[in-house]
Amino acid sequence: MCLAIPSKIVEIFDNDMATVDTMGVRRKISLMLLNQKPNVGDYVLLHVGFAIEILSEEDALESLKAFEEALSYENELEQ
Amino acid sequence: MKTNLNNKEVVLKATNIIKQHIEKLGKPLNVMEFCGGHTHAIKRYHIDLLLEDYVNFIHGPGCPVCITPMERIDLAIELSKLPNTILTTYGDLMRVPGSYRKSLSDIRAQGYDIRMVYSCLESLQIAIENKNKNVIFFAIGFETTTPPTAILLKKAKQLKLKNLFVISNHVMTPPAIRYILSAKTSHLDGIIGPGHVSVITGTKIYEEFDIPIAISGFEAFDILKAINMLVNQVLKGEKKVENAYTRAVSKEGNEQAKRIIEETMEPRESFNWRGIGTLKYSALKLKKDYEEFDGEKVFNIDLPTPREHPLCICKDVIVGVAKPIDCKLFAKKCSPENPMGSCMVSAEGACAAYYKYAKVML
Repeated sequence: MCLAIPSKIVEIFDNDMATVDTMGVRRKISLMLLNQKPNVGDYVLLHVGFAIEILSEEDALESLKAFEEALSYENELEQ
Repeated sequence: MKTNLNNKEVVLKATNIIKQHIEKLGKPLNVMEFCGGHTHAIKRYHIDLLLEDYVNFIHGPGCPVCITPMERIDLAIELSKLPNTILTTYGDLMRVPGSYRKSLSDIRAQGYDIRMVYSCLESLQIAIENKNKNVIFFAIGFETTTPPTAILLKKAKQLKLKNLFVISNHVMTPPAIRYILSAKTSHLDGIIGPGHVSVITGTKIYEEFDIPIAISGFEAFDILKAINMLVNQVLKGEKKVENAYTRAVSKEGNEQAKRIIEETMEPRESFNWRGIGTLKYSALKLKKDYEEFDGEKVFNIDLPTPREHPLCICKDVIVGVAKPIDCKLFAKKCSPENPMGSCMVSAEGACAAYYKYAKVML
């Protein structure tokens, strides 16, 4: 439940909603929990449809890579 | 060059450093990972095997589905049976068995309108589109998942919705840690603090505890970094809060999220946790300003005493006094496909973690 995945903002709407890209999957999410307004291209931590923190791009890419690795590692084990 | 968080060489190197430190200590380190997401990561990356004989992992209660007591599942089931009702909730809760092994999924199969939502805000749209029905959002979760419910309440008020209600089962981390430390069920040398709870709360909330604490992310290197912080604290005789997840967690946390929770919710006098029992001021209820949306005040449900499976030891697994493999049902009668208790249902439950990763190793 408490998992959150780094996601990139691809579009921001005027009602505090945004479209994000999470490892290739696009979703509409809420920005209402952020302390400051993010920009298109920023990475956010996404939890149950809400951005809960803005991440630095470097950190986000690093954890995304780790996340993808973890998934492939799991697939490897399951084969 | 930045560290690659799951790189096998980096992981092995970090593991060796930790082992050297623990050798100086002369005894294995007893560590509780509070969060179920960490239990899964520890199993997924085989950190428990890599540090076998060096670190004893005691799995903590940080799994919202696991700690939600059966009477609350029974409550969700009974609420969904009320006339003209749509119950919305997170997918994690759907397959948790209530009394007589019936889950929300089973009840939905009988024709009751129960809808899984990815975001709780979907409940707003459902309420707007179904004005003649009561829409009840059954909310669960620790501090990470509470702010979205708070936003839902604020939106429902703004939109003046008369047919949207919330049942809050939101719980808080510090009272559970306080309980674990006072119960002394096992001697703990340190605690790996939850990552995404701390994004919201900040690391400050752990300062009251008289034990080494390190907040961790969910990758292999994050966890090893946190364990290394704990070993070093024990070696130096320190008891402080350290942060191995600085890319997401700050000292103060997410002020906006904390403010919105405070506007809409307040601690309830007591809440029953599966495995722990009743803890005072450990959960949140809706504030008086929002009582028109409080499903617990609006709907009166009489519930019989819940009936747990007599052999399920989920309650002991939650507080770390038993391991999933100690359960007679584990991997026999109880599996993720046919769960007998909440620890096997949730993606964060210790039983589900043992089942998933033991299976791939056998």
